[in-house]
Parts: sequence; structure tokens; C-alpha cells
Amino acid sequence: MTPRRPVDTGDPDRLYTVTGGRSRADDAFDLVTLVVRESEPSAGMQSEHVRILEMCRHPTAVVEIAAELRLPITVVRILLGDLLAMGRITARHPRAAESVASLPDSALLKEVLHGLRNL
Amino acid sequence: MGSVTSELPAGRTPLADAAETGLKIVIVGGFGVGKTTLVRSVSEIRPLNTEEVMTQAGVGVDETSGVAGKTTTTVAFDFGRISLNERMVLYLFGAPGQERFWFLWDRLFSGTLGAVVLVDTRRMDDSWYAIDRLEHHGTPFVVAVNRFDDDSAGHSLDEIRQALALPPHVPLIECDARVRRSGKDVLITLVDHLYDLAMARETTP
Ligand SMILES: Nc1nc2c(ncn2[C@@H]2O[C@H](COP(=O)(O)OP(=O)(O)OP(=O)(O)O)[C@@H](O)[C@H]2O)c(=O)[nH]1
Ligand SMILES: [Mg+2]
Repeated sequence: MTPRRPVDTGDPDRLYTVTGGRSRADDAFDLVTLVVRESEPSAGMQSEHVRILEMCRHPTAVVEIAAELRLPITVVRILLGDLLAMGRITARHPRAAESVASLPDSALLKEVLHGLRNL
Repeated sequence: MGSVTSELPAGRTPLADAAETGLKIVIVGGFGVGKTTLVRSVSEIRPLNTEEVMTQAGVGVDETSGVAGKTTTTVAFDFGRISLNERMVLYLFGAPGQERFWFLWDRLFSGTLGAVVLVDTRRMDDSWYAIDRLEHHGTPFVVAVNRFDDDSAGHSLDEIRQALALPPHVPLIECDARVRRSGKDVLITLVDHLYDLAMARETTP
């Protein structure tokens, strides 16, 4: 496990507003974890939470959420941690990302090759 | 497709609802070597840009030892995406190969299937550090030479392999990052290589 690191966006006001001053991100969210919403946004929710739920009607990768919201990855991880705790989203984590050492098996790679050849 | 797309913010193309496995490949190389061009040529979406902000204190970059206080670095990277089938989606990340960005590697790109080192023969020096780090890290990779039109020297692949001190087992190919077919061949070369490595591992008792 990589240790949790503080966020520093270089823009403290915006970070404070978006994250409520928290600075610890949920490292369980990989760049390519696919996020799907479990319910629609409701009144009174924070605008970033609303936007994430709108995007995640269909599975959406963490990195695409960050690009769309124009927020650093770490800030998005914090927001996703909130939504997960509220039961608003589910996360489909990548198989291979548990550790750097876990290399992909041949069956998975065969599927990848097949997909690339069919492009 | 049309009705679904119209409900989304402009330009976004959703993944299939059955999508469950995200995979990563990193394209690494020096400034202007063609990383974004390669991502664009094979991606099903326009390349998107995002950033991570790192506080360098405590990240374990030994070169910075002795520096008091924290330095904050913002690293931007772009990415594209290829839906391989209903369940699997491959993300391609274009990452700067310069030494000062490599503290990001473990953090952002752990769990990548492998890497493509993109090389410009006019500036081969830019590639050494990336190759060295990938070997050290144990991330399997291939090297792709992006041939620019004014590459007058026209080094052969053998000469390039020698210049980069590449071991014989590392695939080395030429490409034109602007051409989809060529970009696709680079990815297939990498995954073929990964497949061979996996088979060798799995059949060794
Ligand atoms: N002639 C030629 N030009 C290319 C090729 N690949 C990229 N270019 C051009 O080279 C320039 C740089 O390409 P990019 O894809 O932006 O390079 P990059 O590695 O993403 O650059 P940075 O992100 O700035 O480090 C662009 O003007 C491309 O059009 C190629 O294969 N042949
Ligand atoms: Mg670029």
C-alpha cells in the first residue's frame, strides 16, 4: 500500500470549498476504476457530487471524471469517497491494480489482443 | 446511440453499461516526440487532459534530499480510450519521460499492463532515463521509433538498439504516430510481448 498523502492543489480556497477542508484521498480509487451511480442526484447536494452522479449514469473512469470536472485526481478521489460512503455510487476496480508486482495473466492479455486486432 | 449521446454533456461518449474492467497502457517519451499524436490516432475519444498535484516532500525522491520544506508540482497528462469489448476498456496515458516527473510513476501508473517508449531519433538522449526507470521498476515495455520527415540521418533499427543499449528481448519497432494503423500495430506489438512474458511465467514450474 502506498501511504496516504496530503492534497495540495496550489489553490487552497478552491480545495477547501470542494472538499470541505479535507485533504486525505481514498486511494482505493484507481485512475481507471469505473464508477456507476446507484441513485440520481437529490436536492441540496454539493454541486460536484451532482455533476459526478450525472456523469456516472453509465460507467465512467475516475480519470474521465477528473478531466470533465477539471479537478486534480486527488480531489476527485475525495469526492468519490464521500459518494461511496453515502451509498450513491459503486466502484468497479481494476483487477490488476492491487500491486505493482501482480502482472496480468495470459487469458486477460489474449482478450486485449483480440480487442485490439478487431479495431 | 444518438438519443443516448444527446443526454450527455457535449462530446462525451459513454462506455457500455457492462464495462467492468479498466486497463492501462502508458506512452512515455520526451517533449514533442508524438505521445499525444499516438494517443489521438488510436483513441475512440478526443484525448482528454487532466492533472495531478504532488507535494514532493515525502514522496521518496532521493535527489531532493536536503531541501527543506515542500515543493508542489503539477503534472498534466493526457489520455485516450479504446473499448476492447463490452466489458473491457483500455486507457492510454501519455506521460512525460523527463527525470523530474518520475516521482509520479508509482503513484499514477501502478498496475499498468506495460509501456511504450516513444523515441525521436533526433533526440535519443531523452529516452535513456525512461528506459532505465522502466527496467528498474519491472514494467514491461516496447520501444517505438517515431520517424519524423526531417530525420535525415535515417538510423537503422540495429543502430538505434545499440545507441539505446536495448537488450535483445525488448521489441523495437518503427511507427508513424499520426497513422491509426501504425499506432494500433505498436499496441499489438506491446501486448504480444506481454502475452509471451505471461506464457513464459505460467509455463515455468
Ligand atoms: N512528421 C511527423 N510529425 C509528427 C509525428 N508525430 C507527431 N508529429 C508532430 O510533432 C508535434 C508534436 O507531437 P505531439 O503528439 O504533440 O507530441 P507530445 O509528445 O505529445 O508532446 P508534449 O506533450 O508537448 O511533450 C506535432 O506537431 C505533431 O503533429 C510523426 O510521426 N511524423
Ligand atoms: Mg502531448
